[in-house]
Amino acid sequence: MFKYIVKRLLISIIILLGVSVIIYTLVRLMPTDFLTQKYGPILQTNSGFREQFEKFKEMYGLADSSFAGIMSGYFQWLGNLFKGDMGTSFIYQKPVAQIIGENMWISFAIAVVATILQFLIAIPLGITSATHQYSVRDYATTVFTMIGISLPTYFFAAIVIKIFAMDLGWFPNTGLVDPSKDFGSDFAGTMTKIGDMAYHLILPIFVSVILSIGGLMRYTRTNTLEVLNADYIRTARAKGLSEKKVVYKHAFRNTLIPLATLLAGILPSLFGGMLITEQVFGIDGIGGLAYKALRQGDIPFIMGYNMFLAILTVIGTLLSDIMYSIVDPRVKLGK
Amino acid sequence: MTEQDKTIEELPPADLVTGAAEDVHAPDPPEEEEEATYKEMSPIRLVLRRFFRSKLSIVGLVMIVALFLFSFLGPVIYQRWGEETVDRPEGGVISEIKSTYDYEEDGGKVTVTEVVEHVSTDNLLAGPSASHLLGTDDKGMDVFVRLMYGGRISLLIGFIVVILETLIGVILGGLSGYFGGWVDNIIMRIVDIFNCIPTLPILLIASATIESWELSPDQQIYVLMAIITLFSWSGTARLVRGQILSLREQEYITATEVMGLSVWRRIFKHLIPNVMPQLIVSMTLGLGSVILYESTLSYLGLGVQLPKAAWGTMIATANDNVVLQYHVNMWLPAGILIVIAVLGFNFIGDGLRDAMDPKAKK
Repeated sequence: MFKYIVKRLLISIIILLGVSVIIYTLVRLMPTDFLTQKYGPILQTNSGFREQFEKFKEMYGLADSSFAGIMSGYFQWLGNLFKGDMGTSFIYQKPVAQIIGENMWISFAIAVVATILQFLIAIPLGITSATHQYSVRDYATTVFTMIGISLPTYFFAAIVIKIFAMDLGWFPNTGLVDPSKDFGSDFAGTMTKIGDMAYHLILPIFVSVILSIGGLMRYTRTNTLEVLNADYIRTARAKGLSEKKVVYKHAFRNTLIPLATLLAGILPSLFGGMLITEQVFGIDGIGGLAYKALRQGDIPFIMGYNMFLAILTVIGTLLSDIMYSIVDPRVKLGK
Repeated sequence: MTEQDKTIEELPPADLVTGAAEDVHAPDPPEEEEEATYKEMSPIRLVLRRFFRSKLSIVGLVMIVALFLFSFLGPVIYQRWGEETVDRPEGGVISEIKSTYDYEEDGGKVTVTEVVEHVSTDNLLAGPSASHLLGTDDKGMDVFVRLMYGGRISLLIGFIVVILETLIGVILGGLSGYFGGWVDNIIMRIVDIFNCIPTLPILLIASATIESWELSPDQQIYVLMAIITLFSWSGTARLVRGQILSLREQEYITATEVMGLSVWRRIFKHLIPNVMPQLIVSMTLGLGSVILYESTLSYLGLGVQLPKAAWGTMIATANDNVVLQYHVNMWLPAGILIVIAVLGFNFIGDGLRDAMDPKAKK
């Protein structure tokens, strides 16, 4: 087991290196480079600025866009990374690690609440639609949740904003806190600020829950159906147990096995933020910041964000494999 | 003892049962009798029968067929407006903007109505009418017609990307699963790398890079397909490899080895066809997700470029709060069509999965 984990971690390092090479090369090839965007207007009016601009480019490490230049830039970035320095964001002029650390939590809060709600809604739905297979209830939940999967995030967000924020006026449509309000720095002020944040987050959470219920619900349904066909369920029924006990005591526990592995795989979406949702609702979580960084060519932040996601994916897959062998002793890890 | 006797007596004698069965089939010639008791069905017909038994898969099929007719046949029949024609009526469009003010003067109430006549050459932001079934957008182009052309692009990109990624996935996954060893190791590490790259950010970066190549909108669509393919084949490769790993150990593959068939033939003639059921399901479900990716990119302005129509760009007009609130006809239909497309493919994929499951009864 220990040997297996070490081996997997070593392979992960190679994978992450590959990921970083691909992302870095593509990012450097992007047409929007940060400095041209920032100083473009000055360059057009003031021709004397050109020399200084070239110096800036040199400083930011963007001067040489040839293959060799990109490679040397990459190794510089990699070297700094091994020293624990992810670089300084161009836009925010702060270390990337610090920005990720500061803004991760708002995304994390949304994701945790959304994930808990998602599990609470999707699992019972999946089980009832499996126990009532081909009934009206089954079809209704299936259609409803499948529509959820099929909705594009930005489209559903637009509908939700139109109905709940603009027509009904129940919720704010953008931002994290009400900018017109002044919250005191004392305890009561902090509490009302948190309350206001929660109020602003209702719509984004609603959107992400509706969109993600479907996958989990289908997964639960398939697994429950499989379990319900197993021999031990027939035995339980033959013993004369009530249907309720059969489903919720014997079947339910066994449907949890595949769900446990799913839980470990959820890691990237828990910490990584939601690019589109945060952008549409104007929330400065890690996803929203990443979108801005992508648009403005903030290379260190883009690299930091993508590598953060890639590392989470690697750890998530490893965890879910380990979880699999823990919950199901028939699965053997290793060669 | 007595109870057992009773039940035996209650059963009809054995010869009576067979006699009844013979009576039913008596007029048939003996050769056809066998056909009457069981019907031989090819696996494809069996799958189709199971597929059409589910209502949802029929609904999905109807949705997709309707969508195809709408977007590929629609523009041929409804030729009133072209994809990029801007509606410029003769004499321009005269719109009146009315505003009223109330104010009190000398104790009496005075109401002033101000009418500003606005003349523009293009028929912008028109509401639904007989000449524009779903109105016009902010550039004066017909929304209804653009929906059809947008559908063409979405469906086309969806199909081409899925076919390409399946080809790459089958070849690499097949080689990896069959040969194992270092071939497997190298290919699977590449798959792992592509698997770990966050899809949406990398698609955004890649399509932004393409913008700088300054291609025509048409060429850009092809490059877009290539990009989406490049970052989505890894799942298929993994699926094919996993299946082939388990199939490789079966007896019929040993038999092909004994018969001295070539490696190429063993992989692509004997192994891949057995992966087909899972492949077809994953292709159908993949169609939906490719359409979602394409529309997301278009929405963010990095996919299909104006003046080409795409569902994503049409929804992007809702970023303007005025459009979001007052011109629902501009963005809502496009979103509904995306949902129909993705939902249809999901229904069909689900139906196919159930129909092809060898564990399923009948």
